Amino acid sequence: MSSTVTDPGAGPPAAPKSDPSPDQAAGSRGRKVPRTLLRFILRRLFITAFLLIGVTIMTFLLVQLVPGDGTTANLSEAAQNDPQVVAAYRAKWGLDKPVIAQYFTYLGNVLSGDLGTSQTTGNSVLSDLTKYVPATMEIAIPAMLLSLIIGLGVGMWAAVRKDKPADHTIRGAALLGLSTPSFWLAIVVLWVFFYLLDIAPNGGRLSSKYAPPHTVSGLYTVDSLLAGRPTVFWDALWHMALPVLVLTSLTVATLIRFIRSAMLEVLDQDYIKAAYAKGLPKRTVLRRHVLRAGLVQVVTVSGLAFASMLSGTVLIEQIYSWPGVGQYAYRSASSLDLPAIMGVALFVALVYTLINLLVDVLYGIIDPRIRLS
Amino acid sequence: MTDLLLDIKDLTVALPGPNGDVPIIRGVDLQVAPGEIVGIAGESGSGKSLTAQTLLGLLPAGAKVDGSITFAGRELIGNNDKAWRSVRGSGIAMVFQDSSSALHPMLTVGVQLTEHMRAVLRLDRRAARQRAIELLEQVRIPHPEKALKSYPHQFSGGMRQRIAIAIALACKPKLLIADEPTTALDVTVQAGILALLDQLRRDNDLAVLFITHDLGVLASLAQRSYVFYAGQVMESGPTGVVLTAPNHPYTSALLNARPHGLGHTGTLKAIKGIPVAAGSAPVGCPFAPRCDYVQDICLVRPPLVMTSPGRLLACVVAPDLTGSHDLSVADLSGAELSGAELSVSPNPGGER
Amino acid sequence: MTTPGVHTPIPEMPSPAVFADPKAAAAVAPRRWLGLRKGSPGDAPRRRPGALTTIAVSIIGFWAVMAIAAPWIAPFDPLAQTGEYSAEPSGQHWFGTDQLGRDILSRIIYGAQLSIPLANIIVALALTIGGTLGLLAGYIGRGVDEVLMRLTDLVFAFPQIILAMAVSAAFGPSTSNAVLALVLVSWPVYARVVRSAVLSIRGADFLHAARMLGVGPWQALRKDVVPNAVGPAVVLASLELGNAVLMLASLSFLGLGPRPPAPEWGAMIAAGSTDLSHWWVSIFPGLAILSLVLAFNLLGDTVRDRLDPRSRHGR
Repeated sequence: MSSTVTDPGAGPPAAPKSDPSPDQAAGSRGRKVPRTLLRFILRRLFITAFLLIGVTIMTFLLVQLVPGDGTTANLSEAAQNDPQVVAAYRAKWGLDKPVIAQYFTYLGNVLSGDLGTSQTTGNSVLSDLTKYVPATMEIAIPAMLLSLIIGLGVGMWAAVRKDKPADHTIRGAALLGLSTPSFWLAIVVLWVFFYLLDIAPNGGRLSSKYAPPHTVSGLYTVDSLLAGRPTVFWDALWHMALPVLVLTSLTVATLIRFIRSAMLEVLDQDYIKAAYAKGLPKRTVLRRHVLRAGLVQVVTVSGLAFASMLSGTVLIEQIYSWPGVGQYAYRSASSLDLPAIMGVALFVALVYTLINLLVDVLYGIIDPRIRLS
Repeated sequence: MTDLLLDIKDLTVALPGPNGDVPIIRGVDLQVAPGEIVGIAGESGSGKSLTAQTLLGLLPAGAKVDGSITFAGRELIGNNDKAWRSVRGSGIAMVFQDSSSALHPMLTVGVQLTEHMRAVLRLDRRAARQRAIELLEQVRIPHPEKALKSYPHQFSGGMRQRIAIAIALACKPKLLIADEPTTALDVTVQAGILALLDQLRRDNDLAVLFITHDLGVLASLAQRSYVFYAGQVMESGPTGVVLTAPNHPYTSALLNARPHGLGHTGTLKAIKGIPVAAGSAPVGCPFAPRCDYVQDICLVRPPLVMTSPGRLLACVVAPDLTGSHDLSVADLSGAELSGAELSVSPNPGGER
Repeated sequence: MTTPGVHTPIPEMPSPAVFADPKAAAAVAPRRWLGLRKGSPGDAPRRRPGALTTIAVSIIGFWAVMAIAAPWIAPFDPLAQTGEYSAEPSGQHWFGTDQLGRDILSRIIYGAQLSIPLANIIVALALTIGGTLGLLAGYIGRGVDEVLMRLTDLVFAFPQIILAMAVSAAFGPSTSNAVLALVLVSWPVYARVVRSAVLSIRGADFLHAARMLGVGPWQALRKDVVPNAVGPAVVLASLELGNAVLMLASLSFLGLGPRPPAPEWGAMIAAGSTDLSHWWVSIFPGLAILSLVLAFNLLGDTVRDRLDPRSRHGR
């Protein structure tokens, strides 16, 4: 995503302006979900549904733009020479019908879970993806959590120490992180820790001497503990370390910049001055007033962090031989496996859109101005 | 005068600018006696809000302060963090201009009303809550218990400002700084707040430093007034006298520039030129470039001198201004006062 | 006065509404952006460029010279085998050679001929397209606005690199298609920023004043709306230059950029990623990208701090 602070995509919805009496609002004392919040969530759901349809139109159009009628790009060479396969393909995607009809065929296929067939693996893209998702989750979730925690802490600290040496150092480091090509950083880190120091594994999710744990969640760390194999757990953790480190350092740079500037705005607010004017110690002001406002920022920024994470995996998983969605995307891209690429794009957009929906809803729950208005 | 609550002497505040420090407040003298309402009037940029922030030690980083501020016998300039904390809340409290930004949007009224009572007055949870309810009753918020659980955005602007006042009064301060507390409000709501402030002052033996650009508000409330321009005091004295018989050409110009009373037929006279920011004021009298009575002597900064008991003036020319305006205190404040009487006692919620 | 010290104390400009003469009102239209309001006493004094800005400009200048003078500076032909396969850095080949025995230093120098112009082309195109669409959306409003904003929503539904990957794969890997893909994913940011800049001044008093004077909509657009929307767009563009270099390198790394044997930095990193014992193959091109992107980002921050009054003092 862009590094600008005023990211127009991630902005929280403005609080609706209405002014009910306190009696009314304070009356909803029970744990029931307030009606306004429900309406807010429903509206977001509605918008998201439309967005997802738009996304399918977009991927559909991209396939349409492929030179030729799509058969040549979407079928492997061997399959192209088999007239039966070509005919079946054309029938399945309705290629002899008008474009609009083709789109609905496409939408129908997508809705039934058919994202096409990968030319390189020969499997359906969806089954490939489900196979690769857990590996990506295993590094993306810890990296995401780490980035959010570090980003909030360091970003806040920089804002509080504005224009002091600590702030300059943090800003410099963040700018450096923002300017580093992720795939290059992955190689450098691997070169240092594996090739030079030999304290990290070459790649992969587990050492070859261990069999993967019985699949429950698909996350090796979780599954190994469930299976009661702590040595496998440590091995899995050891293998995760470098990719998580690289993903975190890339994402955290964006987050620090975002949170720092958001925090500067918070610190400039009258309500922070008012908190000091009340005689509260600085510690309390920071912990209660500043942090509270900052947590909202973390929610809004987590969508951004997720996008950065997804982009990161595509560029670094290959380097760590990490069998996740990112490596699948890399391989599809470099072998021009079009059905797989479009499948990945659609899948990622779906997940990303749903994450943004979740962020919006979370925001609505956290911010009383939306929750109770 | 030994029984002063607040005594500001030759206060200078400079803020860092791109080309070095810019003096915003330039040698201000100001006194407040216990229980007194003192007004500060001035246009935006005259340094009146910065004066308020200085009194609470809330200046932005890099600000340079000079002079002396004695509050209840203690010197405030040079205070460290801890010493400032002992003044804030329990000694000096403040009500901000815009209650929608001065209250934390994500903390309940209850938290914001009790947290400093617990930190400063060391009250326990129940005692703080009890006092919070009393305070909300004092500022006439209906259903205080419910209000404690509500968030600021659930109240109207006038109600929010009442809550802000309750928060300011929670730790029993001796001086309340009100920085344009009614500017963001409707006129009728404004009157209610002003009447409330006056009531609270009498009930709690509170001194109020009232900052405003509205001379009408000043007339209806303040006992004594200071007129600020470009970070300096132009003149001061009992409000009624200053506003009806000003000695300074600036005060006179201000009065002529405001429409007064219904059925006013005279011409409005805009002050020529543009107000100078304190930072770029000329060497001599800052008002000189816009003054109708300017003379060569105005290139030297005029000292603030006593012209009659309780009246100070910073103008060497001191032209005779009688007859250059035609108002009485009633003209200035009449509408506001009657509005206040209308909306206060019988129906406290009427302003919403 | 509002929060003293946070902003440089500039005497407030008289509100255009106080002018009896609408001509005067139009004359003070806030053209703070780009310093178009020259010479008035309120102008923030021209600050001398800081050390960081100097460094950034020097780095960019260095790479610009490399790009222009590559044929004279580069010691070897970037496309020909001029040494052993994967030779370590030596006196002859300062940065070593790659798997095909090509001189890495020469390839990096020639690589500047790709990265710098392409990044500028991407940003310029995205700025022009996004800016124009944003201008129209903000100025015309209604249906046009709605359609355009939903379109930007759609693009924002994808992480940038994923959509760029899909687009350039669909069109087939080539330099021009990579540029096209990156323009396609980056125009919406400009559209949004310009649109909101236009919206924020569309209702401004000076525009009403201009309308009362009988200034036509196109003249108003040209004289008042555009100059005020240009500032935020330029700030964004300068911040996005570094991003464009990175994205282009990323696409190349994925094999979707300029075709081999073009000496693209991202593709060079990819070539070295499989064999860590030949570290120099990846490390040096990466340093080239890092230095150029860092310089662009530093410059972007400076431009923003200068042109965007809200972000003074390193927001």
